[in-house]
Formats: sequence, C-alpha cells, structure tokens
Amino acid sequence: MTNTATTGNKGKGVRSDCHVTLELMTVGGIDIQVNSKVMALYGKSIIGLCEKIFQHYEIKHARLLLEDSGALELVIAARLEAAIRQLTGSEKEYLPAFLPQNNYETSKEQDRFSRLYLPGNSPSLMINAGIHKPNGIILDLEDAVAVQKKPEARLLVRNALRGLDFYGAERMVRINQIPEGLQDLDYIVPHNVNLILVPKCESAHQIELVNQRIDALKQQHGIKSHIWLMPIIESALGVLKALEIANCQNVVALAIGLEDYTADLGTRRTNEGSESFFARSMIVNACKATGIQAIDSVFSDIADMEALGQTVQRSKAMGFDGMGCIHPRQIKVIHDNFAPDEAEIEKAKKIVSAFIDATEQGLGVVSLGTKMIDPPVVKRAQQTITRAIKMGKLPVDWRNEFTTG
Amino acid sequence: MSKYGNLTTNAVGRIVPQIINGKESTPYQGVGKFRPSGRKYAPPISSCADYPEDGNKVISSLREALIRCGLKDGMTISTHHHFRNGDLVGNQIFDAAAELGVKNLTWAPSASFECHSPLIRYLEDGTIHHIEGSMNGALGKFTSEGKMQGMGILRSHGGRYQAIQDGDLHIDIAVIAAPTADMFGNATGDRGTAACGLLGFALADSQYADKVIVVTDNLVPFPCVPWQIHGNYVDFVVVLSQIGIPEKIISGTTEITKSPDRLLLAELTARFCDEAGIIRNGFSFQAGAGGTALSIGIYFAEMLRKRGMKARFARGGSNKYLVQMLEEGLVDYILDGQTFDLEGVRSMRENNNHLNTSPFTSYNYHGKGNFASMVDVVILGATEVDVNFNANVVTHSDGLLLHGIGGWMNCLFSKCVILPIPLFRDRMPVIRDEVTTICGPGELIDVIVTERGIAINPLRTDLLDRLKGSALPIKTIHQLKEEAERICGKPSLPVLDDEFIAAIKWVDGTVIDAVRKVIS
Repeated sequence: MTNTATTGNKGKGVRSDCHVTLELMTVGGIDIQVNSKVMALYGKSIIGLCEKIFQHYEIKHARLLLEDSGALELVIAARLEAAIRQLTGSEKEYLPAFLPQNNYETSKEQDRFSRLYLPGNSPSLMINAGIHKPNGIILDLEDAVAVQKKPEARLLVRNALRGLDFYGAERMVRINQIPEGLQDLDYIVPHNVNLILVPKCESAHQIELVNQRIDALKQQHGIKSHIWLMPIIESALGVLKALEIANCQNVVALAIGLEDYTADLGTRRTNEGSESFFARSMIVNACKATGIQAIDSVFSDIADMEALGQTVQRSKAMGFDGMGCIHPRQIKVIHDNFAPDEAEIEKAKKIVSAFIDATEQGLGVVSLGTKMIDPPVVKRAQQTITRAIKMGKLPVDWRNEFTTG
Repeated sequence: MSKYGNLTTNAVGRIVPQIINGKESTPYQGVGKFRPSGRKYAPPISSCADYPEDGNKVISSLREALIRCGLKDGMTISTHHHFRNGDLVGNQIFDAAAELGVKNLTWAPSASFECHSPLIRYLEDGTIHHIEGSMNGALGKFTSEGKMQGMGILRSHGGRYQAIQDGDLHIDIAVIAAPTADMFGNATGDRGTAACGLLGFALADSQYADKVIVVTDNLVPFPCVPWQIHGNYVDFVVVLSQIGIPEKIISGTTEITKSPDRLLLAELTARFCDEAGIIRNGFSFQAGAGGTALSIGIYFAEMLRKRGMKARFARGGSNKYLVQMLEEGLVDYILDGQTFDLEGVRSMRENNNHLNTSPFTSYNYHGKGNFASMVDVVILGATEVDVNFNANVVTHSDGLLLHGIGGWMNCLFSKCVILPIPLFRDRMPVIRDEVTTICGPGELIDVIVTERGIAINPLRTDLLDRLKGSALPIKTIHQLKEEAERICGKPSLPVLDDEFIAAIKWVDGTVIDAVRKVIS
C-alpha cells in the first residue's frame, strides 16, 4: 500500500485552490511545507489549520507539501482530509463551521427560473456564485467531476455547503447516477442541502432508493427540514416514465437533460428543438398533471444571449418553469424572459383585484365582468403578482393606483 | 551616498525620509497644504549657432548621440512609455551606456513595463543607480528585495511633469522614441509603421531636459506635421530600423472583461452613477485601462443611447470603445493622455474631436488648474483600500512593489472618485484596517464598489443622501471589511524589513509614503 497521496489542483490558471502531497511516516513528527501566494497574510493560519487536522486524525508523523493558490480554509481542509482518508481509510470527518446564514429551508413551489451548475471540484467558481443571484446553485458531483476526483469532490462540496455563503439561493447538489449516487447523500444530507438533483432517472424505484437513504440520514442526524428532489430525465425510457417519477414523494420538479436524451435517441440537438419536442412536452405534461415544476435543459452557447432569450421564450411558451444555466451571465436573461410580461401582469392584477373585492364583500364567488374565476386561476394570478413584485416589475402598493376601469 | 536619511512622520502618519538619494524631500502635509514658492526650473540656454543651419540633426547611432550629449557617470536619462510593453528603445540606451562604461545613471521613465526587465542587469552592475518613474513587475520585485543601489521614486504622470518643471527631477538626456519625425526633430506619434498615438508623456522631457534625442524608424521630409514634439527642443535625431511594436501597446487590460464577477462590478458602478445623478447630458468621465473600467464605459454608452443624451468629454486612455462612443456621437470630445489600442491611434489621426493632451494640461498640480478636477466621475482601480478610504496602487498586501501610479493620483481630484474592486482576490482581502502603502488619501476617494456591496465615504453626505432608499447594496466600509474577513479569514500584517526601498511622491512633490524592503 502506498504511503503518499496527492489531492487538489495546481498549475497555471488554478485559483483559490491548493494541491496537497501527503506522505505518512512512521517517525519524524509532522513536517509541513507551505508554498502560498498569500503566505505573508495567512501562512501561520494555514499551518495551524493543517496541524489541527492532523491532530483530529491522530496523525503524528507525516510530511506535507501544500501548494496554495489562495484557497479558503474550507478548501484546504477538504483537500488535506481527502489525502488523509486516501491513505488511512478513515471515515472520521473534519467539519468546518456551518455558516448561520446558510440555515434556511426552501418551499415546494418557490421560483426555480434559474439554477447555476458549478463543478463540484472547482472552488474558484463556487465562491462568488451566490452574488449573481440565481434561484438555485447546483454543486455538481456528476458529469463535471472526473471519476478519480469524486471522493475529494464530495468533501469539497460538503465543506462548501457548510462554509460558503449561498446568499439565499436554493442549495442544490447533483449526485451521481443511482446507485453510485446514494453514497453522495452521506456528504450532503447532514449539511442542509435544500434540493437534490438525481441524474439519468428512469424509474420511480430510483427515487424511492434516494428517499429511503435520505430518510435514514435525516433520522441519524436529527434533521427535520425538507429535502426536495429534482430528477433529471435524460433518456427515452425516462421520458416514458416521467409521470411515475413526477408522482414520487419529495419531487418538486422534473428537469430534462437534452444532451444525453438526444444521444440516447441517436439524433443531434438543434436550436429549434424539434427532435426533443415530444420529450419536453411529455415532461411539462407530467409535471403539470402532478402539480410540480417543469425545468428545461441548459443552453450551452454562453456567448449568445439573444439566442438564449429566444430559447427561454419558447421554453416558457411550452409550459416550462425554469431552466439550467452554466454561466452567471445567463441568469439575468433567463429571469427577464421567464418573468411575467406586461400582459400577464395586467391580467393578474384584474383577477387578484376582483378576488380581494369579493373577499372584502364576503362573496363566495369571484367574478370578472360576467365571467366566473376559478380558484386555481386566482392562485396562479396571485403567484404572478408576487413574482412581478419580487422582480421589481410591479410596486408593492400596486393596488393603490389600480382601477379596474 | 546613502539611500535615504532623516526620518519623520508625515501628515498621514507615515514614516518617510527627508533626504532621498542625497536630495532634500518634503514630507506630505495634506491635500492642498503644500504651496511651492520660487520659479520653475529652466533648461540651459541654447544657441542656433551650435546647430546645423540646414536643420539636419540626423546622426548615425544612438551611441553616438549619447556621446555627443555628453553622457557621463551620475546623469539622469529619461524615456517615455507610449509603446507600453512594445518599447524597443529603452533597453538599447543602457546597452550603449554600459558599453561606454558609464556608471550610476538614474533612469527616469514615465513608466516601465515587463519588456524593460533586462535592465535589471544594469541595476546589478551599477550602470543604473536607481529608477525614478515606475517600477513594474520584475523591476518592482528587484527593488522590493532591496537590490537597487539607490532609492526608487514613484510619481504620478502629473507629478512627473510637475517634478521636471519644478526642477525636482532634472533630466540630463531625454530620449524620445517617435513613430514619425523629420531631420529637424519635429515628431508625432499618430502615424508611421510604429504609430502609438501620442507623445504627451515625453513633452516635459523635450522642454526641460538639457539634451534631447529623438529616435525614429520613419524619417519623413521636413516638415513632419502634425508635430507634438517640437524640433526646436531637439538636439539629435537617430534613425533605427524599428523603435517599437505597436501591437504591444494593447494589453489584456484594454479589452472588456468576460468575467461575470467583474461585469457585475461594472454594472453596479454604472447603476450607482445613474442613481447618484452623475449621468446626465453634458457630463464627463474617465475610466482607466482595465477590463472592469472599460465595461463601465459600455454601460454608460447604453444609458446615453437610450436617453438620447451625450457626454461632453471623456478623458482617455483612449480605446476602441471610447472611439465608438465618439463616432456614434455619444461623446463630443476625447481628451486623450495615452492611446491604449490601434483604434485609438486611428481616431487620434482622423478625428478632430479626438485631442491629444499632455500631463501638463491634464494632471500637473503646479499649473494654473488642470483638467482632472473638471471631470464629473472617474473610475479607478486599487490593490488595497483601508477603512479610512485611503488607497494603495503600488504594492500588494504582502508588501511587494509591483505597479506604478500612472495618472491615478491625479484623477483623485475628479468630482466623484469611484474604485470598483473585488472584495478579495484569491483570499487576499482588498479592504484592510490600514493599507500597506498610501498612494491616495481617503478624503479624495468617494465610493468603493465591490461585488458584495457599495461603500460611500462618510464625508460625501450628498451621495449618501441621494442613495437613500436605493435598491443598490449600500454598506459601510467596515461591513465590507468584515464580510471579506468572514470569507477569507483575518489576515496577518506582512512582516517587512525596516529598510526603505522606494518613496511615493504625492502630486505636489511631497512624500506621502515610503515602501519597505520585503523579507524573502
């Protein structure tokens, strides 16, 4: 068995990360060598952190070379922990402090217009993700992480969930395909993940396995908050099983992954999307039939904002409630285009106003002119108003200036 | 001669020497407090009898020109930086000086770049004693390590003109690389195979140096028009095969940023300017080189276009984005100090509303006013800012001297000074309890825009009032510092040596701070 392990990243272009070379020894005590671009400011605290981690794992003799390109403490800790686990097989955890501002729950119906994918092993992209205000931030353990890097990515994602400020975005993690992805749950469920994306989902059974593991972990750690699920449908079989998947417990949305889906069909993804029309329509219908959200695939050209805007418009017209993004610049375009437009807001104002009037007058029935308004329509209109206010498209006191004319 | 002596504490509480490289210096006294007396420096009187009647001052080589200028030990030689990283002349001057065995020269560039790092060997062998100008990159690191014989002196662009005019910086020989010149020494930078735009940073050198050499690779028949450098100031003209690489005046920092974080900074800055009422018909602005600053210009352009407004003038560094605004009619004039790309060079040549300026007109604090204080808003960078809004542009938080000042100090006199800066760079918090080096006093810095919040200087109660109730994330500077430290951890202070290696001169020539040697 080797007694040397390397973890993390180094080299030109690597920022906010570090590379660990750890050799376990039998004698000689702890020898820590740090090469850091922030040595003058944090050299002592970096060495102190490493010593603490060695103590935690009861390691008394080791040689450590830490090549640091400005990594935060939680990154250094994850990298060193990954190296120690590789060499010792220990399952002990060294947990950084949990930020109190990350302690929030999300609701089943909250806005999920945008969710920003971030590779689970690239800390530099995680640190500022929240400032761009996506509805959700996805720390990805699946496709964005090389197979051999998955064990260390799990620790990094865990530490990020604990120590990075998400600035209110829904805290999401994409786990690996089931059954491998079940292992990922141990690293995220105890750390207030709000929503878990389950990739390449093809059956309700897979979601049941995920729910069972989550329930066990929740019980073990005394967790009461909801953990929502967003299965990603990425195959022909998954599309055909969309309704049964949508019906599963804790599922709040289905997403479609078009790259894998078109590969499964043996076709090519186009901007017009005719090859995926059936699948997307199926997802939307399954979601609407079960009262959950339908989330469209990502748009992969990060330079073409105009095409993205048009895609979002088409998506919204089909009934989707949001889509993924792979670059922060896409967030605003997605929000602007999913946001209620003027006609929708005007219509919603009339309906909500009629509802308020009817309630104030003690009427059991809401009507607009000669037409009766059903409760689901009122509810949808109220959601539109709430969204419009939240997105700055309508003043909070809109009713003061509103007349039904 | 010792590097420095007579330490004292100046008006911003920094310990600075009063004798630098054997010369008396005045410690910083506060903004507007130091009032000079006496008269401007005057160069030696020349006589037409000593120059060719046919006006032909062309001689065969730079080496001969230096000899005929009387190059000897201890002299000061100046160069300019309009070619930025594409300068091919600066190094050749000192190659020639070294060949001639001359020692203890002072190099006084208007700025240095990485292309000048070969000069380190002349700093090591004593050909060059010290640098008065900027010490960038490798030259800065060399200086920081305490390896330069003399003490470096850093000045702003306006400060350099002021120092030359006041006689604080006496230039024995000025070498001016000119993309086009005639035999008489009239010269311009806006045309020729190596066109670099303008030559304003060499103007003071031409007017006040004892001897002036123009070096060109495009000798045109007399008269060279337009001329920015007048042949009447010039002693010799030397023709070389190539004086500079114009493509290298462009750097990565003259392209709009693609970084989403920096775009967010730019957007927040532009929104701040809008809500503060700065963007209106006839306003004026300056945005330095740098991806974020350039992006702010794009946001300004969008706002002006949408509202059918136009800016009266923009101060350059010109670049393609500013040129587009000029050509689209979104700004009436570019008052240019240096050209950052080839579109700027073209515009300078073709557009009568693209005007060349010099540090005398724009930045000289010992003039009868300057353009800098007339600008409505200026967008600048900084390596650090402290909780009193003091800012640093020359050293990093580890104490390493890596950058020059440029026009930064001079721009602080604009009506609203905004520094859009990330809250931290790779775990290096930008907002500190105290900056490592003070280059700009806090009273002149109005707003710090970071990606996590905007801090307005409490002295600007007018801006605080105008932004009341804004949806923008207005925070105090202390809140921003705490947020950075929550993310990065509380940084230690860098441990620096007691020895000083460079002095920072304020716009009026007084010493605002001194830089210490780093312990390696």
